[in-house]
Amino acid sequence: MAFEQKSGMSLIVKTITRLTVGLILIFGIYIVLHGHLSPGGGFAGGVIIALAFVHLMLAFGKDAVTTRISKEMASNLESIGALMFLVIALIGYFGGSFFLNILSKGTPFELFSSGTIPLSNAAISLKVGVGLFAIFLALVILEGSKREK
Amino acid sequence: MELHLLLLFMIITAIIAIEVKDLLSSVVAVGAVGFALCVAFLILKAPDLAITQLVVEILCLIILIRATIKKDLPLVIEGRWVFNTVSTVVFVAVFLFFAYAALRELPQFGEPMMSVVKKYLEEGTSETGAVNLVTAVILDFRAYDTLGEATVLFTAVIGIMAVLRPRGRKKVEEKE
Amino acid sequence: MTLYLLCLALFSVGLYGVLRKRNLVKIIIGLGIIEYSMNLFFVLLGYRYHGRAPIDAQAQDILNMVDPLPQALVLTSIVIGLGVTALVISIAIRIYEKYGTFDITKIKRLKG
Repeated sequence: MAFEQKSGMSLIVKTITRLTVGLILIFGIYIVLHGHLSPGGGFAGGVIIALAFVHLMLAFGKDAVTTRISKEMASNLESIGALMFLVIALIGYFGGSFFLNILSKGTPFELFSSGTIPLSNAAISLKVGVGLFAIFLALVILEGSKREK
Repeated sequence: MELHLLLLFMIITAIIAIEVKDLLSSVVAVGAVGFALCVAFLILKAPDLAITQLVVEILCLIILIRATIKKDLPLVIEGRWVFNTVSTVVFVAVFLFFAYAALRELPQFGEPMMSVVKKYLEEGTSETGAVNLVTAVILDFRAYDTLGEATVLFTAVIGIMAVLRPRGRKKVEEKE
Repeated sequence: MTLYLLCLALFSVGLYGVLRKRNLVKIIIGLGIIEYSMNLFFVLLGYRYHGRAPIDAQAQDILNMVDPLPQALVLTSIVIGLGVTALVISIAIRIYEKYGTFDITKIKRLKG
């Protein structure tokens, strides 16, 4: 019971959040990994992952999340996502041109297929999810610093 | 037919969102517009867009409510009412005139031209290996577009962090 | 054609909000409505009667897919819209802290 603090919402909200937040996170990861087979992809999955953390922060107060993911770590992770996408683009130069899909295509309708597309999806989801979470974190930290005055 | 009803609903809700006095009600009304847009994407056979619009709308509502809650709305006394309204209506009328002239050149609804996309539809799965053709377009055929989008989002996050930083601590200490 | 005109009407409502209202939050909401109508217009351009979603299915050839290109463009546009809305909202929060109001005419007056 690391989350037992006075901040945050009532006990009912906290209990339901503890049950659902893992499911939301797993659904986001599923959407990202199956982006090339079914509707979804990096953008939608990234926003769902960001929403899981926002849900946690709304229910338990900001201290429960900011001790795990600080603002610096969020901005570092976002830069790592952007660089990963750029590196995937540069890999194409081994085959001749920017953004060329040189890895093996595999057979369609399988999870490990279609070359660099799942890797790009993962990079974009990391970038979008952590970026949107950093926006929300900046808003919350601003409110907290105002209250201290 | 259901698309017409949905669009009428969106127009009415948008007018409510613009005209209502309370800011929180206005934000909730604009959320209703967004969710109606999500249903419209489903009817138009775009499931990717429906998922993305749904989750983006939720996050957008959270941010908007964060901005407007506990903020009092000062009573706005409208000065120069006639001039403002007339100039706005004239501007909208000019826009509608040119937009209608452009609309007549477009193909009819339900029969798109599909000149570029024919290649994507025929060779998309065999060339990229991706089954979902929207993903194949944004991450393989037109990946430059996605790179630009990532740059724009990165810039937006940097801008928000710069605007919202807790500021001026050093100066305050020096003054004291 | 009627659908295009209704979409234009939605755009006009957002334009009216941006031009006529004096509250900053109302202006941001007008920008959001304009963005919604433009996204819907692009997807309407790619629709095709009796079309199916642009996703291949196993063991059947789908010939009547809708146009996937506008959908790909709009997919990036939605996320950019969220980033722009968040940026404008953060600037509005800063303005409220400094001047204590959302009214744009009063902000102009206080600047001197």
